[in-house]
Amino acid sequence: MKVKFLPFFLVILLIFVFFGFYKGLQNSNIYTPEVNLKKNIPSFTAKLLGVKNEISSKEIFKDDVYYLLNIWASWCVPCRDEHKFLMDFSKSEKIEIIGINYKDKIKNARNFLNELGNPYEIIISDLDGTLSIEWGAYGVPESYLIYNQKILKKVVGPISLNNFFEIKDLVK
Amino acid sequence: MKIIKYLILILIILNLSSIKAEDQINDLNIKITKNLRCLICQGQSVYDSDTEFANSVKILVQNKLRDGQSEKEIYSYLKDKYGEWILYDPEFNKNTYFLWLLPVLMFLVGGAIIFKLLIKTKY
Repeated sequence: MKVKFLPFFLVILLIFVFFGFYKGLQNSNIYTPEVNLKKNIPSFTAKLLGVKNEISSKEIFKDDVYYLLNIWASWCVPCRDEHKFLMDFSKSEKIEIIGINYKDKIKNARNFLNELGNPYEIIISDLDGTLSIEWGAYGVPESYLIYNQKILKKVVGPISLNNFFEIKDLVK
Repeated sequence: MKIIKYLILILIILNLSSIKAEDQINDLNIKITKNLRCLICQGQSVYDSDTEFANSVKILVQNKLRDGQSEKEIYSYLKDKYGEWILYDPEFNKNTYFLWLLPVLMFLVGGAIIFKLLIKTKY
């Protein structure tokens, strides 16, 4: 009796293991870091695009104003897709758009803005990409909605139409 | 003449030590970036990767080492920004008890079974 039970048990176990792993195959194994909404935004000093002046984060982010921080570059193709949404936001008075120009040439960045329009109030230059790490970003484009020194929402990748309406709802 | 000789000697020694310090930073930089997971090409370490993100992290680690930060401080900084997933070597905490203790547990259970079998065959 004991001898018959063991193979039976093993087969059942193997079937369980098989289906366990088989289901696991469908899970996404791409990790996206969580955003800590409780923490304050990082403080930093950085150069403005094309100017030698430095600006500190305290001068940029004031209380009671909504900010959309957008990390972009002229070489980034998805940035072109989301640009129309940024232009739309820039017309609204409720929200200020701050740009971080990521690893870009000043000339190319200027051409990009001349071609598509400049939605940014302030553009910070991030030549070596370390400032973006301060924000927990790992690619371009990424956007952060900021209010009272806190991040309300983070968008990885280009802003979609859904994101656009979500942000509009939040800013009301 | 002698003074010049001594001066040159001193200069060489001074330069040697600065090269050494830079070497140390580079070694530590390599060690740290090998233990960081690249978030763009997941499955590759920051050291192996050549994405914009990985290159920025390399620069950042270099800068922080030059500022005199320790390996641990850099890990905790990056953990704070990206979560524990960025570290290849997970820390021992309540989420990873199972992960760390499972091999030990399996070793003990397996050992116990073998021990029992040995005793059985002896007597």
